[in-house]
Amino acid sequence: MRLIVPLQGVVQGRGGLIFGSLIPCALFYFLQLYLKRHRSPKPQSNPPSPTTSSPKLAEMTRTSSRSNLFSRSIGQVRISSRAISIAKPNESPYYIGLDKASEDPYDRLSNPDGVIQLGLSENRLCFDLIEKWMSENLGHSITGRDSGELNINGIATYQPFDGTMELKLAMAGFMSHIMGGAVTFEPSQMVLTAGATPAIETLCFCLADQGNAFLVPTPYYPGFDRDVKFRTGVELIPVHCRSTDNFALSITALDQAFNQTRKHGTKIRGILLSNPANPVGNLLSREMLYAILDFAQEKNIHVISDEIFAGSMYGNEEFVSMAEVLDSEGFDKNRVHIVYGLSKDLSLPGFRVGVIYSFNENVLAAARKLTRFSSVSAPTQRLLVSMLSDARFIEEYVKTNKKRLQNMHALFVAGLKGLNIRCADSSAGLYCWADMSKLISSYSEKGELELWDKLLNVGKINVTPGSACHCIEPGWFRCCFTTLAEEDIPVVLERIRKAVENTTDLLNSS
Amino acid sequence: MEFTRKNRQLLSRIATNDRHGENSPYFDGWKAYDSNPFHPIHNPDGVIQMGLAENPLCFDLIEKWIRENPDASICTAEGLDKFKDIAIYQDYHGLREFREAVAKFMGRVGGNRVTFDPNRIVMSGGATGANETAIFCLADPGDAFLVPSPYYAGFARDLRWRTGVEIVPVHCKSSNNFRITRAALEEAYEKAQRSNINIKGVIITNPSNPLGTVLDKETLRSFVSFVTDKNIHLVSDEIYAATVFSSPRFISVAEVMQDMDCNRDLIHIVYSLSKDMGFPGFRVGIVYSFNDDVTNCARKMSSFGLVSSQTQFLLASMLSDDEFVGNFLRESSKRLAKRHHVFTKGLEEVGISTIKSNAGLFFWMDMRPLLKEQTTKAETELWRVIINKVKLNVSPGSSFLCSEPGWFRVCFANMDDKTVEVALDRIREFVLQGKEENNHEADKSQARAQRWRKQNLRLSFSSSRLYDESLMSPHMISPHSPIPHSPLVRART
Repeated sequence: MRLIVPLQGVVQGRGGLIFGSLIPCALFYFLQLYLKRHRSPKPQSNPPSPTTSSPKLAEMTRTSSRSNLFSRSIGQVRISSRAISIAKPNESPYYIGLDKASEDPYDRLSNPDGVIQLGLSENRLCFDLIEKWMSENLGHSITGRDSGELNINGIATYQPFDGTMELKLAMAGFMSHIMGGAVTFEPSQMVLTAGATPAIETLCFCLADQGNAFLVPTPYYPGFDRDVKFRTGVELIPVHCRSTDNFALSITALDQAFNQTRKHGTKIRGILLSNPANPVGNLLSREMLYAILDFAQEKNIHVISDEIFAGSMYGNEEFVSMAEVLDSEGFDKNRVHIVYGLSKDLSLPGFRVGVIYSFNENVLAAARKLTRFSSVSAPTQRLLVSMLSDARFIEEYVKTNKKRLQNMHALFVAGLKGLNIRCADSSAGLYCWADMSKLISSYSEKGELELWDKLLNVGKINVTPGSACHCIEPGWFRCCFTTLAEEDIPVVLERIRKAVENTTDLLNSS
Repeated sequence: MEFTRKNRQLLSRIATNDRHGENSPYFDGWKAYDSNPFHPIHNPDGVIQMGLAENPLCFDLIEKWIRENPDASICTAEGLDKFKDIAIYQDYHGLREFREAVAKFMGRVGGNRVTFDPNRIVMSGGATGANETAIFCLADPGDAFLVPSPYYAGFARDLRWRTGVEIVPVHCKSSNNFRITRAALEEAYEKAQRSNINIKGVIITNPSNPLGTVLDKETLRSFVSFVTDKNIHLVSDEIYAATVFSSPRFISVAEVMQDMDCNRDLIHIVYSLSKDMGFPGFRVGIVYSFNDDVTNCARKMSSFGLVSSQTQFLLASMLSDDEFVGNFLRESSKRLAKRHHVFTKGLEEVGISTIKSNAGLFFWMDMRPLLKEQTTKAETELWRVIINKVKLNVSPGSSFLCSEPGWFRVCFANMDDKTVEVALDRIREFVLQGKEENNHEADKSQARAQRWRKQNLRLSFSSSRLYDESLMSPHMISPHSPIPHSPLVRART
């Protein structure tokens, strides 16, 4: 009552004019302020990717100056909002563990108390084969001339940024071979990048705008958070898979996630799959591939199939590439893109060789331009052309690699079984997906991380906890076994046993 | 095609816009070269490539070193024992030996007046990746950077395409040899502020591409204090640092900072081995920032463009070989100086002047006397004549955003001595021919001069908008521009 009368007095008459003009102006001003604040992309709340706290940078001698002290804090604020979140030390156990293991690496002879690295999916099983090849085929590895004459002109100068045709040809042959010869890859549909990491990022830049999203089945490779989200501003929407069906993907779950995301106003541009899956190691069946393609077609979205572990099979199941399915049915090929690389199957992660394989000319055209930022180093290309073109070597390598993988996998999984830790069914990859839920104190992420911490700091083994892979069920851990020698397995098992000594379940054999 | 149109809608904005800048005539010249490349024996009438800033002058020295150091290549018997460790190494910090070697090399190139910290060396996919990474770290979409023009044509892509950041050119004039001054920066900055453009920093290329000149200490100091005053960043692209072949010597911004009051968090250097060593194929780009947060961020981003460990290992050995490096740098300077001299002298003889330069793999040539009128259109016409009739691929000033038409960048390092002679002969012939034609039109020249003056007034407006990504004047696109098999795939800098 007491408010209304003065208001009425103000609003009517001259005051009304003032208010009538002031209020819209004020509203407009606040609208501008609001828009301005929300103009730039929100800084990411989860600092994604790579390794954590880098070693403290050596202090440079600083000139003591007033302006220095004063503006240092301002200087920090004025880097990009992207950089602010990325520069923070990474809190993900995936990266913390990697750091710890690399600072104090286990060595059977020189550092038997070091941290055993089971968190990095690297394959050290077949280096002897590659070294043997090198020693028998030297001279033209770096230069490409059989005559023994060195000609650096061919490798030092500018090369096609998306890779030389020779390497693409060699790569096409290699990919075809490891996928059982069921697919032929066309070199002209290939774009080579400096590793699979930029391959994924490049595809995201091509297929999605800032604020769009990709559906990704969980659990997934922790690096996707960096590759997809870091600089592109594209989101990842998890599609949860469960242990009850061995973490198999279901179209129902995909559909649900798609609809929910759409309701929230975010546009889904595609599905990101890894097949063989990382971290579980299972394969997508042919039927499932059809179903995914149908789904993608219906929703008019892309499919990115990361097949980087295709040549690391140890099981008896048959690997079916997305490319193979496309060949056989009348699907719209323009929405399918395959990512590959030599880091896993050929154990050359340091060389930085990745592949984008697409059927979409426009994507290829754009990707080619983008490889300007991440090309394969020329000497490396030259070396690999030689290696990958050696059909006899590749055949022997793939066969031997599979045998050794099978062996290590069997030993490791059996060893874990002896500790009453079962693993998910898997046919490929350099790791197994172990269920340690019985060993955690509380069935939660907190309990899982406590166990992870115990394993790392007490047991001195670095494994990747499921939460880092966005697994919805706590207690699962990815253990990579291809960095080990056979003799190391009992050591690992013993350390696990020691780390969980107080957990009664471990001692009860069932 | 309906299908293609629908197809393109499935792609992102970045994939379908033109901000990669590859539709500019700068890259058109490659097509002429690629379809008809010069060869002294097989194709003596082909197009000579003078638009590519490559430096193969000292490859013989490098080949000799590689032959004599087989353990540096892990693919030789001597180096094989290292193979396993190198092949598996994918840590984004980079091999320690590599970082130390690069830091030492950078220090050496700067005349050993600065020590670079190996822990600040961050890898990236070539200088292209380094520039882009720096921008990703320093600016958000919509922000802008001041860039003195003329500048490297690739900046349109490297600084803007995926980052969403804008370039505000600061036009330099021939009246003072295209020197960039603090006053010009101040003016550009104020102007941008008035137009509500958020300037996040300044990018300088020192030595300059395309001018080939170096910045003196005073100018560098003034830039450093300028950015400190305005609290904006300074990115110094120093990839041509070791191509300085005569005095004055190269001075890095790092050297200038040492005895100055400034905010070190604002200073960042981009480096690469593509020009100094002639290794563009190796894809070695370096981001060196004095700002810890930027270093950390750039390092994480380096995952997208790590240098192959095989290459890191090779270079670590090579660049730590003090004797080799010393000899290489000396020889390289000598050969560049000689080549530069041969060209500039040859051009002088026919009355073509160039900006006095002492660095880079190119020179900035003044072809204004040969323009029918002082317009960009005339420059483009002249350029097409040079490519198609004279058969030389040179780069027109407009592709470097030069505000004055008639200037061309000519690269001189990427050919052998015989080709140099052929190129000079062709230029000489063309210029002399042009002079003859001019004499015939002497009576018309007065009227033309009038027109030129009038048009010149409107010039700065139109040329600055020329490469606005939304404007694509049809005659700029080469009729032979094919998509997607564009040789732009092999676009070189």
